[in-house]
Amino acid sequence: MAHWIEPHPTGIYVRPADAWIDPSQPQERALVTHGHADHARGGHGHVWATRETLAIMALRYGTASGTAVSYGEEIRLGGVTIRYVPAGHVLGSAQIILDHAGERVVVTGDYKRRPDPTCLPFEPVPCDIFVTEATFGLPVFRHPDTGSEMDRLLHALHANPDRCVLVGAYALGKAQRVICELRARGHHDPIYIHGALERMCALYQDFGVDMGKLRGATGVPAKDMRGAIVLAPPSALNDRWSRRLPDPIAAMASGWMRVRQRARQRNVELPLVISDHADWDELTDTIREVAPSETWITHGREEALLHWCMTHQYRARALALVGREDEEEG
Amino acid sequence: MRQFSQLLDGLVYTRSRNGKLALIAAYMRAAPDPDRGWALAALTGNLDLKAVKASAIGEMIRARTDPVLFEMSRDYVGDLAETVALLWPRPGNEPTELDDGSLSLSGVIDRLHNVSRAAAPDALAQMMDHLDASGRFALLKLATGGLRVGISARLAKTGFAQAFDLDVDDVEQVWHALAPPYTALFDWAEGRSARPDPEGTPYFRPFMLAHPLEADSVDLADYAAEWKWDGIRIQIVGTGPKHGNETRLYSRAGDDITGSFPEIAQAFTGHAVLDGELLVKGEFQGAKEHGGAAASFNALQQRLGRKAVSAKMMNDYPAFVRLYDLLIEGDDDLRALPWTQRRARLEAYMAQLSPDRFDLSAVIDAPDFAALADIRAGARDAAIEGVMLKHRDSPYVAGRKAALWYKWKRDPLTADCVMMYAQRGHGKRSSFYSDYTFGCWTKDGELLPVGKAYSGFTDEELKWLDRFVRGNTVNRFGPVREVEKTLVLEVAFDSIHDSKRHKSGLAMRFPRIARIRKDKPAAEADTVEGLKRLVS
Repeated sequence: MAHWIEPHPTGIYVRPADAWIDPSQPQERALVTHGHADHARGGHGHVWATRETLAIMALRYGTASGTAVSYGEEIRLGGVTIRYVPAGHVLGSAQIILDHAGERVVVTGDYKRRPDPTCLPFEPVPCDIFVTEATFGLPVFRHPDTGSEMDRLLHALHANPDRCVLVGAYALGKAQRVICELRARGHHDPIYIHGALERMCALYQDFGVDMGKLRGATGVPAKDMRGAIVLAPPSALNDRWSRRLPDPIAAMASGWMRVRQRARQRNVELPLVISDHADWDELTDTIREVAPSETWITHGREEALLHWCMTHQYRARALALVGREDEEEG
Repeated sequence: MRQFSQLLDGLVYTRSRNGKLALIAAYMRAAPDPDRGWALAALTGNLDLKAVKASAIGEMIRARTDPVLFEMSRDYVGDLAETVALLWPRPGNEPTELDDGSLSLSGVIDRLHNVSRAAAPDALAQMMDHLDASGRFALLKLATGGLRVGISARLAKTGFAQAFDLDVDDVEQVWHALAPPYTALFDWAEGRSARPDPEGTPYFRPFMLAHPLEADSVDLADYAAEWKWDGIRIQIVGTGPKHGNETRLYSRAGDDITGSFPEIAQAFTGHAVLDGELLVKGEFQGAKEHGGAAASFNALQQRLGRKAVSAKMMNDYPAFVRLYDLLIEGDDDLRALPWTQRRARLEAYMAQLSPDRFDLSAVIDAPDFAALADIRAGARDAAIEGVMLKHRDSPYVAGRKAALWYKWKRDPLTADCVMMYAQRGHGKRSSFYSDYTFGCWTKDGELLPVGKAYSGFTDEELKWLDRFVRGNTVNRFGPVREVEKTLVLEVAFDSIHDSKRHKSGLAMRFPRIARIRKDKPAAEADTVEGLKRLVS
């Protein structure tokens, strides 16, 4: 089946289009699902991606050459019909739908099924081959309701007026989503952000994502940040950068926070289980929904999801793509 | 159950002692009776539910989930209770999981108390369905015993005392007169009833402690000298036959460690309170200075922190107590008497103790301070930390009181070592690389780690060391950084011993950074061979 599409350790090759999906090495023609570094790299000859993803890649790599593909628009490359459909992962994230020789392949990139105020929701597309991620492919990963996690964050903030809550959040996607979720819950105070988040937040705002009042945390006296929320990339949580803050409560927004030891290893006091990836139930429900003849699993805890597919009569294989899954992300 | 499971979560994630105390205190004030009493029992290790075995939990989850997925999950998570708590299937596929509030902590404990072993898994499963992941974790930890949230019984009692503005030592005094769920304790704490009467119960009395000696000398006409033994301070409290012959052993922090040293507790049947040093019998250490023989602290360490002890452990590392003081004998409280009188009572008391488990800490015979200094300088045995100086008129009072007792530790040994790895510290130092592993050279020119230290430097030096680590990292292993092997640290330590735990075969006692030797080339640091010659 679908001999025209080939998994390689460095990406998925679409033979008739002579193009690669999310290649980890520079290629002449690259189809990119979204802007995270383990999917979007610099140095490709020509890139097809959503307008938002191209802008993110331009910001990160200074790359310019690319064709913007709108959600739902059909393009043709070497006899393959290609469509980008929302994946619900981060701003501009897309599943890539490939139709050729009467067969349909869906490559999800990274995705989630929960509502996210910063991007369009995932659209399930029935297909023959479903190429899925499995970052949280273990049944222990069941993300709680986002609202309850945000409530815990706001509770900690209000219970400690002399401190600040420092939220470690991935610079692309998670940080902006956390800010928007806070705004949606009526938190309108200025939110302080680490320098590494500033340009990405500005990009989101350029695309119409309203994040309210944001201020750079650099150079602000500690006392001014008492009772405030500060966002920084996870690597800054225990770094000397955080010494400037008023007795920060270390929080982290990540699906990994579901497991106590993972939170303790990072000295996190307030673990917030907020993820941009599908949890176990979302992964398995989605496979049921798109009902593929075959499921390919790109990266993550692929063993467990493979086992689930086998025991639920879905043909499946693990691809073991290299260079995927950034520890900071999730 | 929700309040309790949130308390446990908070205790797991909070690093600072004060933060943990505040959490416990807030819970003790807010939670209803008798829940909070049961929580106090759980936190102090006084809750004994034997209905549920870990194997029953394994069976319970295998019946509900794919066993392969369960094993994969457990491999990933590590802890059985946490794995089961996380992957417990939602009843009837409800969209979100929540603690529906139908279970109270006391209700849960009541049920687990009264259920048979055979019926326990079903009862547990029914309760699991009403809880969220945190609640399920708390339930499984309660059911299998041992919360393991990183707090001691003493810390839990201190948190309780803080909640109601009580002195923790007052709480200790009444503790053994009470049983879970401690209704009388809460009644007293909240002013509804008088203080419970501790008469006849083996309760902890606060230790008397010593200041470091800073003066150049003291007059031995006023002060008696004893060896400072390198074990752990221990208090023996026996109720005697009149009150059921109960004996408890307490650590310096007031934690009940009777379970770790049953042979000591069994050998004591008196009605008295004694202060001494818990040691393990050794081959020769301390033999020159003292009749009895104690092994190094390393040997004692094998016995610490165990809830139960095997016969082999007791045989391989036999414990005994070297007695320092007699606080109470029968109904006589001797604490207000001068040291000389207590000492005389202690010496007389020795006759009724088994010499196999108890001996007397000898008074060092020195004509004057200079002679004592010579004796101290000559003592390099592993079981000796230095000398204690006790005012002959000193009463036995809680804590450190000026001019009564002094500790005069022997001068440390030092070695020049090379920094190899660094790790971030905790608390105040959480963003600094403040824990250093250092090594010495082998004959083949290889560096082998010989110890780890995280103190001794000033704040300024810490900043400098932190910058050095960041600027000289060659490798990262999770939280650990490997650094260029160029920086020499002068490390001070009290003694050094053979150890199987480290590749160098050595373990230092109390290593700390004495100086940063920016001037010294790494190649001129000390050798492992050289350190071995210091082994005592």
